[in-house]
Amino acid sequence: MSDSVAGRLTAPAIRHTTRWDRLRINRNWLGFWFMLPAALILVLFLAYPLGKGVWLSFTDAKIGRTGVFIGLENYEWLGLPWWEDADGVFWLSVFNTVVYTVVASVVKFAIGLYLAILLNQHLPFKALIRSIVLIPFVVPTVLSAIAFWWIFDSQFSIISWSLRHMGLIDHNINFLGDPNNARAAVIFANIWRGVPFIAITLLAGLQTVSPSLYEAATLDGATRWQNFRFVTFPLLTPIIAVVMTFSVLFTFTDFQLIWAMTRGGPVNATHLMATLSYQRAILAGNLGEGAAIATAMVPFLLFAIMVSWFGLQRRKWQQGADND
Amino acid sequence: MASVEIRDVRKAFGSTQVIHGVNIGINDGEFVILVGPSGCGKSTLLRMIAGLENISGGEIRIGERVVNDVPPKERDIAMVFQNYALYPHMTVADNMAFSMKLRNAPKSEIQARVSKAAGILGLEKLLDRYPRQLSGGQRQRVAMGRAIVRDPQVFLFDEPLSNLDAKLRVQMRTEIKELHQRLKTTTVYVTHDQIEAMTMADKIVVMHDGIVEQMGAPLELYDRPANLFVAGFIGSPAMNFVKGKIRAGAQPSFESDGGGVFPLTTAPQGSDGQPAVYGIRPEHFQLSAAGLPAEVVVVEPTGSETQVVAKIGGQELVCIFRERITAGPGETIRIAPDPNLVHLFDAQSGNRMS
Repeated sequence: MSDSVAGRLTAPAIRHTTRWDRLRINRNWLGFWFMLPAALILVLFLAYPLGKGVWLSFTDAKIGRTGVFIGLENYEWLGLPWWEDADGVFWLSVFNTVVYTVVASVVKFAIGLYLAILLNQHLPFKALIRSIVLIPFVVPTVLSAIAFWWIFDSQFSIISWSLRHMGLIDHNINFLGDPNNARAAVIFANIWRGVPFIAITLLAGLQTVSPSLYEAATLDGATRWQNFRFVTFPLLTPIIAVVMTFSVLFTFTDFQLIWAMTRGGPVNATHLMATLSYQRAILAGNLGEGAAIATAMVPFLLFAIMVSWFGLQRRKWQQGADND
Repeated sequence: MASVEIRDVRKAFGSTQVIHGVNIGINDGEFVILVGPSGCGKSTLLRMIAGLENISGGEIRIGERVVNDVPPKERDIAMVFQNYALYPHMTVADNMAFSMKLRNAPKSEIQARVSKAAGILGLEKLLDRYPRQLSGGQRQRVAMGRAIVRDPQVFLFDEPLSNLDAKLRVQMRTEIKELHQRLKTTTVYVTHDQIEAMTMADKIVVMHDGIVEQMGAPLELYDRPANLFVAGFIGSPAMNFVKGKIRAGAQPSFESDGGGVFPLTTAPQGSDGQPAVYGIRPEHFQLSAAGLPAEVVVVEPTGSETQVVAKIGGQELVCIFRERITAGPGETIRIAPDPNLVHLFDAQSGNRMS
């Protein structure tokens, strides 16, 4: 019935807004629809695997056999470091990971900051030098790891060869065969690879500092060191917090470099939590136990994120103009 | 406080010379303004006094000391930058105290000097704020406070007002002048704004293409500009220039190329028939029945005065009258340039003919 009487529509002709209309048109729901594809991707590829991994760590799944829920048994096997029957290899890998992360991050930061300041000066061929610095970051990890593997090879190492020819040593250095040498070697490789990222990011931060601040500080009587200590460094702290968070997260979860160079050896001296998890879960087939090791990384990562969260808080001086 | 002596100073960036032998003497306690269009070398000269640029030739003395090779921090100068250059991560108080902290001054002295400077500039309530939380004028004041705390021999200002809006600029102009009258510190101030120069300076140095065009008290420059550049640069609206020839005789006059005839009181000796430029400031015209007939082109009333663009002999002239003008475009008015306030310049060299 769509007859109208005196220009007025009869009741059935008026289309009432349905719930579907509201979902389609309402601004808040519109935002939701735009967000949905991204959210789905994140859920599918991040949240689901993470949840599945945590679930696996509560089962005794093996490759080819769905597990049954066994509660915290996997974690009990890993134990705590002071337990008699704790998993020594696991705790060694925790120790290795922490040493690897701390030493590599500190050195990467120091070298990266130094390089950034150097590259911020007026140098001839500045653009060329900046791109050269980026090379370690551009080369695929596995390729550079294999190169390092040869550099640190027990028979053909170019370092041993050079030192021998200079008469400094009389036999080859056992780089990857000795536990501490191996640790130093993989840390060195990680630093070599990680420095460009930090250097270039900090350089970008340095370039946002107005040169007139340095001039003002120079006139105020600041030496070069005081210029750095009181002007450059404080202004750089926000970007340092960001870049070091990323660096710590990437270093802590490192896998490729170790796997290509040492596979965790010798005698597990370079096993990180990521490599150990892979070895237990995929190579040995104990999915549940591997998942437990991987899940054990989460608290450490959360801790790192918390540190940066507080480091990243907008400092008071960064806050905008509120003339209250 | 100290005098500043600039002797035959030159500056070259690579093979491009930007300052070609400049001589300026600045007396103790004087407020000197370097003014000129962009690229004239005024900021470079200031930065050389500060020690932020090397001196390619000549010498600069602060007090009795030649400072060519003295590092900036030992020159005992303080500088206010165009963008203020406040340290964004320090409070107002810390910004002002920074130089003294670097010198390891005792805390009580720092406190005393900072609060004294804050008192002078009215910054007491803002001492705990960060630069981001301040308005443009407040930032400007903090930048000056940082200079005052130093109690230096010389203040250097590098276009300190160009980042402020027009109203604030006028206000800060007065404040800076007052400050100088109070502290009596030798001041070198760079600006491209001739109004700032006229209103604030004890002595103006007009620079152009790396040389000093003229140096003197503001009204001296206004009354007797040494050449066409200074004549055109000082004063707003700018001086009118008419090209033509001088006619000497019993009743000397100036005949423009377009055929207009302007009366002169005297003609320089032996200048009959000489090509020259006739200069008259807009404010030196009067409405007079005995004046020259001029065709009105545009009338711009501002309330307090009326600016008229009028044509004499095909040449447009800008005039300013205190009276209100009722004539419209196309009508003819009679205007009389004050012959005592006419400037004549040599057409070739552009220099003033006395």
